[in-house]
Amino acid sequence: MTDRSPNGATVWARHSRLRVVPPVQPRKLAKVPFVELADGRLQGVVSSGSDIGRVYVSSIAAGTHNYNCSTNNNRPCGGLYGSPCKHLRALVAEAVVQYGADRVSRYLRVEVPEGADPADCLGGVHEPAPAAVVFSRFLRHLAYLEVPDTTLPVPELHWFPATGTVG
Amino acid sequence: MLAVQLAALLGGDSGNAGEGAQEALALLDGFDDALVHGLARLADERADAVTALAAAFAATPLGDRLAEAADAVVSGSITQEHLTALAGGRVALSGAVHDALLEGLDTALGRERPEWPPAPDGQETAGGAGAQSAGNVLGGVRSWLRELAITGWRGVDHDLVSAADQVIEALLATPDLRRLAVLLDGFAAELRACCPIGSADHLPVRRWADLWTRALLLAQDGVLTGEPRPAATVSGRLLVLGVDVHEHGTAVQFQVHAVLEPADGGRPRLVRTSVTVAKVDTIVGPALWKLTQRHKVLLSALADRRSVEIADMPLLDSGDLVWDDDRAFVSKPADPLATARLCLPGALAPAVPPLDRVPVRIAEPVLVEGYKVTEDGSFDLGGTVLTVDAERLPDCGPLTPKLVAASSACVGLVRWDGGRWTLQPLAVQAKVKRETVVVATGDWALGPTDPKAAKAEARAADAVTVLRERAGRLLRR
Repeated sequence: MTDRSPNGATVWARHSRLRVVPPVQPRKLAKVPFVELADGRLQGVVSSGSDIGRVYVSSIAAGTHNYNCSTNNNRPCGGLYGSPCKHLRALVAEAVVQYGADRVSRYLRVEVPEGADPADCLGGVHEPAPAAVVFSRFLRHLAYLEVPDTTLPVPELHWFPATGTVG
Repeated sequence: MLAVQLAALLGGDSGNAGEGAQEALALLDGFDDALVHGLARLADERADAVTALAAAFAATPLGDRLAEAADAVVSGSITQEHLTALAGGRVALSGAVHDALLEGLDTALGRERPEWPPAPDGQETAGGAGAQSAGNVLGGVRSWLRELAITGWRGVDHDLVSAADQVIEALLATPDLRRLAVLLDGFAAELRACCPIGSADHLPVRRWADLWTRALLLAQDGVLTGEPRPAATVSGRLLVLGVDVHEHGTAVQFQVHAVLEPADGGRPRLVRTSVTVAKVDTIVGPALWKLTQRHKVLLSALADRRSVEIADMPLLDSGDLVWDDDRAFVSKPADPLATARLCLPGALAPAVPPLDRVPVRIAEPVLVEGYKVTEDGSFDLGGTVLTVDAERLPDCGPLTPKLVAASSACVGLVRWDGGRWTLQPLAVQAKVKRETVVVATGDWALGPTDPKAAKAEARAADAVTVLRERAGRLLRR
């Protein structure tokens, strides 16, 4: 969590209008349409390079760095020869674009020497993890685009100010 | 806003909320602290804070229920009903602070605002047609909020946060409950991002207590399905003052502040009109406007700075126009600063609905000019300093802290948070390369006019296309 308040803890504690989750950076989504830091994992969905209808579900656990990659129907990825496959590397790279290297390494609890690729600094081993949970979170993510807009006021959003311009 | 008005606003003491507000806020802080550690673990001091909140209502009709709720919670019996009563107490206290703040602001500005009309008999609790189906979902919300309150922010873990997922999904599928869906989704995302919270240094204590209280309030049967109360329809000329942007990971609201000149020659009124769209976290910046494309008239009015003629558009009692592009057409050019200068002084402000009496919702449009910009970017108006909230400039528009610092006139929203008044800029008049320009948050409603931003936007707009393609291929299998 970032403390962006001008005067430290007290101000942070006494404000109602805050941006607690820092906004993510825009990135190209074609290769890795979904990335999230959730449920104790860096997890996401990577589009298959060969089959337009297939996606891979990839995840890396925080702390242990154990990883998994499989299709959304739970078939193991053919690229996992005792080390992370290209899907996992793409997942890490896109997570760094989206969240920044700091936030990703803090979440995974990994030490990344300056200039190094975080994907090279992970120590885990392959450990099967259910793809279904991540895949359904991705589908839920996509479903937001199908929620109709509304022109009725939503006063609750006053608690969520847009922020972001610099300069 | 004149120097003398600003001095009147900031001149009072006790956080400028008037007598009693400090005490009310202290009671809130005590209760909010109890939520940090969880109601299941009330040490003496925090138990006293819960009792004190209840005691503040001793002389009111709420007194007995609150005292009973506080006693029960302190002794470890934490039921839905007790939590609802305590949340009600917190709502009433922050409502009182809101009223004091807004009255001070209206008095300083000389702004006239009618009282909220009492509800016609029987209408307050009626509930709409959707009430029945909403019942189950709301029950789920209340029980999740109860778990949260018992556990406290410090005890929140991934499992507890994930338990909200299903509830939020069900809320999103029920149009009547959209407000609660948007609120809970943003709240849960914050808890998730901060997990594990256990030892985190700083917690947004008041904010999370606000969100929890608000959610519990909206999750009561009939509160959302009974709203909004019937609206009138209005016709006339709409002059835009600016657009305020609210955003979290999965929602964005563009809220336009404007002056309505009724066609029947009645008194001009301050109104708002909003468009809220669902989104995902990777859609950000100017690409957000693309999601509102079907409201072309509104977007053109913002981007081209024009007034709008509206005919028979619904206007809620809260001063919110329910936008309908088919009942509007773009009219003559209108500069937001000129609108503010000419139309703001006599405009009638809308009454505030009882449920919306929270300090965070205070957002009063004003014009400020003739100021000196201080070193930290505040506006010095004849010796009285108004803090400018330059962090809250949305990245979907061209208005930057630099432009605000170089400005000579500003239309903005006066807000109150963390014990002080601030100005949130919506449009400024500034000198750029010796030329006087007007820059507003809504300038990019039809797409960025700055080449660099346009390029970034093209990249980001691609996000919507890619996700729609993925959705088309994967979602309906």
